[in-house]
Amino acid sequence: MKPYRIQVMVCSGTGCVSNHAFEIKEALEKEISKNNLQAEAEVITTGCNGFCGAGPLAVVQPDGIFYQLLKVSDIPHLVQEHFLKGRPVKKLMYVPPEEKTPIPKMSEIPFFADQTLIALRNRGMIDPEKIEDYIARGGYKALAKVLTSMKPDEVLAEIKASGLRGRGGGGFPTGVKWETCKKTHGDTKYVICNADEGDPGAFMDRSIIEGDPHSVIEGMLIGAYAIENVTQGYIYVRMQYPLAIRRFEIAIKQAREYGLLGENIFDKGFNFDIEIRRGAGAFVCGESTALMASIEGRPGEPRAKYIHTVERGLWDKPTCLNNVETWANVPQIILRGAKWFSSIGTGDVSVDAWGGSKGTKVFSLAGKVGNTGLVEVPMGITLRDIIFKIGGGIKDGKKLKAVQTGGPSGGFIPESMLDLPVDYEELTKVGSMMGSGGMLVTDEDNCMVDMAKYFLSFTQDESCGKCVPCREGTKRMLDILDNITMGKGKEEDLVMLEELSSLVVESSLCALGGSAPNPVLTTLKYFREEYEAHVHQKICPAHVCKALITYVIDENVCLEVGHGCDVCRKQCVDKAIIGETKQTHRIDLSKCGKCGICYDVCKFNAIHIE
Amino acid sequence: MAKLKIEDLEKIAEQAKSKMTVREGAGRAKITVHMGTCGIAAGARKIMDTFLKELEINKVHDVIITSTGCAGLCNKEPMVTIELKGQAPVKYIEITEQKAKKIFSDHVMKGKLVQEYAYAIGSEKIL
Repeated sequence: MKPYRIQVMVCSGTGCVSNHAFEIKEALEKEISKNNLQAEAEVITTGCNGFCGAGPLAVVQPDGIFYQLLKVSDIPHLVQEHFLKGRPVKKLMYVPPEEKTPIPKMSEIPFFADQTLIALRNRGMIDPEKIEDYIARGGYKALAKVLTSMKPDEVLAEIKASGLRGRGGGGFPTGVKWETCKKTHGDTKYVICNADEGDPGAFMDRSIIEGDPHSVIEGMLIGAYAIENVTQGYIYVRMQYPLAIRRFEIAIKQAREYGLLGENIFDKGFNFDIEIRRGAGAFVCGESTALMASIEGRPGEPRAKYIHTVERGLWDKPTCLNNVETWANVPQIILRGAKWFSSIGTGDVSVDAWGGSKGTKVFSLAGKVGNTGLVEVPMGITLRDIIFKIGGGIKDGKKLKAVQTGGPSGGFIPESMLDLPVDYEELTKVGSMMGSGGMLVTDEDNCMVDMAKYFLSFTQDESCGKCVPCREGTKRMLDILDNITMGKGKEEDLVMLEELSSLVVESSLCALGGSAPNPVLTTLKYFREEYEAHVHQKICPAHVCKALITYVIDENVCLEVGHGCDVCRKQCVDKAIIGETKQTHRIDLSKCGKCGICYDVCKFNAIHIE
Repeated sequence: MAKLKIEDLEKIAEQAKSKMTVREGAGRAKITVHMGTCGIAAGARKIMDTFLKELEINKVHDVIITSTGCAGLCNKEPMVTIELKGQAPVKYIEITEQKAKKIFSDHVMKGKLVQEYAYAIGSEKIL
């Protein structure tokens, strides 16, 4: 086989695909053959690269040149200049905010340079639909290692010693979970991969599956071997993830063809196979007992966990459920050792399995941050470093207000606590959580009451309704928040919110109710003055809550500076602006729907919010 | 596809090695062919083809071939730069197919500098 000198790694994660990555790929292939380079340059589609804000993107190897925001029309020039003449194209490179010089190499862009990859180690390096690519990067070596040279107990001991904890939200020590399942009597046991990622804005698990599905399969194989008496595994993935499902299907098919799933794997007498179960996308089905009920064909509702699922789970058999990211860490721990893994992170897990947070965590960085995307960072890194070093700081030079970790039921952490390390216990202490890895950055333009309302409306909507406190309590809380943002809040509302919150937290069966009030509680704690402004002065300091703001045109500025340009009147959807060209304008408040379009389009700053 | 044995993992990895070397950008040696307009006009394409062919014939999987623009010495083109891991880059000038083959077999494969074609060792300082 003739070697290629250029490998063009085109990101085909969901974000880039929806920005026409496949068209970029086609254009690249067309231009490459037009320039007669087809024997020298190969175009590969990879999983999510992580820098979603820069997509559609491609990395040109071996030099690691990073091209961003690609358009089909850029491709002819790119192929000719870079591939043919060896001159990387500067105008398609990443330029850091407030700087002018582009950074050609991916490894030198701060977004990438400060990350540590374990779960995402193959991102952008392999074609996820080719098992050979995974194997070429050391794939299935960990499986070979455990089957030839480790007893199941030794595998378990390694995972325990590594300090790996559940990446889906709970942070339960993985080794302890495996051990309990292993010790429970039973000749039929199951392992499950929880791929029902439901947090809005979170896409860690989806990206791992789309970019490196075999790492999850290999992790499950190793888990099944360590726990013993496991011959069947299930992957529960929501049907809203069609690309992830497709990549899993391809990966499972290839693994079966190579005999890596099925009977007598590597001729070592070990049998294990995996099936995919599709969920309908209910948020609560990410909860382990609800998920298992859904696999069994029952309504996805959680049950009380007096008896843990590791003892009686799927079809009442001992079942070990781990999240996608947790499984993806397993092969690397086996290959590189527990010592290596536990050297990354915080605390000490040698005596107490809960004594620290080890390894890395993948976060989806979203909101008002410069670089949005998927980042994998070592445990113990500060929130400040994630937001300002990797994330490139706050957009448009605004001031950071708070960061929410852990998805819709995570808490908001104020600017003053940004030096907090990423650690399960530290985040819980301040009222938030690690969760599955959502990270939402808010700035001075966000109203914290509105944010709390937004996330509560999500969890309220997703409450399965089984527990009255969760079903009714969150509804009443939402009513109160609604009232506050409408300017109808009362002094006693804030106390009532706190009381309802603790009631919902304490008397719900599962973590949905148990954590849903977090956004409310933390905003009440750290941003109480914003609530008080809404309740007492009936104002929204961030100018977000529509009922509490009015748009006003400064008639002098409008006439003297803007000369009555009339743009606002033409754009107004409610026809609420009165005036004519070259005359001053004003807003008819009885008609104004407060959409804010006039405020955005006025070039003369004649419109302000009161 | 047949069922894999453990030793097959290595074989699959070996087959994919050359493309992984390119993707990881971490070869034992890097051959850079200067392909500015001047280089191409002087025959750099043929030199590039020669190196690619040498890799294929000798089944070498751990060497990267890449291109770069004009190096400023247009009258000495075609030029190549050979960089062995951990060593200073060496620039060769006025390369022909024969010279390319010798540089490949001596410098890239055996680590022996081809003194008579070499122009300079090291790179310019970038300020």
